[in-house]
Amino acid sequence: MLEKNQDAPRDILVSLKGAGVFRGGRWLVRNVDFDIRQGEIVTLIGPNGSGKSTTARTAIGIVRPDEGGVTRKPGLKVGYVPQKLAIDWTLPLTVERLMTLTGPQPPAAIAEALEAVGAAHLARAEVQALSGGEFQRALLARAIVRNPDLLVLDEPVQGVDFSGEVALYDLIRQIRDRTRCGILLISHDLHVVMADTDTVICLNGHVCCRGTPESVVASPAYRKLFGARAAETLAIYRHHHDHTHMADGRVLHEDGTVTDHCHPRDGHHHDHGHDDHDHKGHAHGHAGDGDAR
Amino acid sequence: MLDDFFTRALIAGIGVALTAGPLGCFIVWRRMAYFGDTMAHSALLGVALAFLFEINLMAGVFLVAVLVSIALLLLQRRNALSTDALLGILSHSTLALGLVMVAFMSWVRVDLMGFLFGDILAVSRLDIAFVYGGGALVLALVAWLWRPLLAATVNEELAQAEGMAPGRSRFAFMLLMALVIAISMKIVGILLITSLLIIPAATARRFSATPEQMAVIASLIGAVAVTGGLFGSLRFDTPSGPSIVVAALALFLLSLLPYAGLLKRSQPATEGIDR
Repeated sequence: MLEKNQDAPRDILVSLKGAGVFRGGRWLVRNVDFDIRQGEIVTLIGPNGSGKSTTARTAIGIVRPDEGGVTRKPGLKVGYVPQKLAIDWTLPLTVERLMTLTGPQPPAAIAEALEAVGAAHLARAEVQALSGGEFQRALLARAIVRNPDLLVLDEPVQGVDFSGEVALYDLIRQIRDRTRCGILLISHDLHVVMADTDTVICLNGHVCCRGTPESVVASPAYRKLFGARAAETLAIYRHHHDHTHMADGRVLHEDGTVTDHCHPRDGHHHDHGHDDHDHKGHAHGHAGDGDAR
Repeated sequence: MLDDFFTRALIAGIGVALTAGPLGCFIVWRRMAYFGDTMAHSALLGVALAFLFEINLMAGVFLVAVLVSIALLLLQRRNALSTDALLGILSHSTLALGLVMVAFMSWVRVDLMGFLFGDILAVSRLDIAFVYGGGALVLALVAWLWRPLLAATVNEELAQAEGMAPGRSRFAFMLLMALVIAISMKIVGILLITSLLIIPAATARRFSATPEQMAVIASLIGAVAVTGGLFGSLRFDTPSGPSIVVAALALFLLSLLPYAGLLKRSQPATEGIDR
């Protein structure tokens, strides 16, 4: 894979400005702003139905935004691992053949990519016979063999056990370090996020908050809960949604009250801007409701 | 050699089978059997319109099949009915319209059975030219579009994210289907075209390790089925289409026998020792 110069100014690969997607009579997401730069890992987290996949699909052009805009670097090469991929049994497809699905690849590159994800022994296996974790690895290998500028991983650790999850996140970090590609990672796992994520964006129909996981990891509350060992590989970034945005735009609070807007004091409404914000200020919120894995 | 009606039918039939193989695989992979059926059934409307406007039969069938698939795409966008129901409506209403129109046209003598079930006597030298010309075109386009078609079959979003145009692939696939239906109508008959697409592909699955292998094997199995079916048709004086389908079915049933499974299972075992 190609080494990209780390000192070069980091190109913006994808930029979303006020993007919103309206489907089936409702807004799936609205007002999403973020950039993904070369060599940067951006993680989208949020509960089910919060618009994470929609946002990622908008970023790479599968979904056209109904408001706002998306700009992509011209000629951007994307490697995509979709959330769901069901391959019909009638299609005879080995892992090796899967690797060249969207473009020809030299055998050496295929072997290297499979080796990188620890799936070299599966090269000749039929994809339908793989376990969930093996299939995820094969899909990841398929995405990285293209040597993409931007890697989009929609819940790449689904069906992978905890140690596999740690290994997979390690691998994603290595890929970033080696190829300097941008990575957009989606996780519904609210409390486990890669430590190497540059920006964590929490979605709940809109951008609830964003920040660096380091600020969370550094907090004493976090270390108390999960210990220094977990901090080396994983960052804990869990927060409690104390309000829900209803279909009509009003806000339902935890205590049952309904208001037209979020309260300034509401969880994770401190900053709607682009800059990272310090999470130490409300780290107590993470200590209280985190469940250790 | 081409003076013999049977030789002409055999040559045309093998041409159709070779063309149908790769396309049939896509129909099986994409679970589009009913869609194929619908396009095939619309062929009778194409025949009727071709008689009405005095144009080439194959051209009429091709045009109507394309129109039906475009109609389906437009109706699907309205999200009012499930694709399944839409296909059912289009499939049978086009067939019925064709039958009614043919009945109205008292000035043409139409061998309805020949169109519905195939007629080996009807294959002319011009038909052979169309089968091989059209077939070569279809195979060339399938080869050219192979990667985007296959990628879109595995996952449309993935194909789109990685710079392919799955919408275009889908449309190209529909055109190819329409072409195959147009050229194979006389041999297998409107009602049975889809089986010549699906059965050889389903039979080939058990013997294939890659999509490419499956496409080639499906073509070969189809050719064997056509040959066997046409000889049976000649021998027992049965309509050509059903005879070919029965031959294809026999091959499919043979492929289900346990020895085929044993053959397949022994391969990974030896590979396992190598590792």
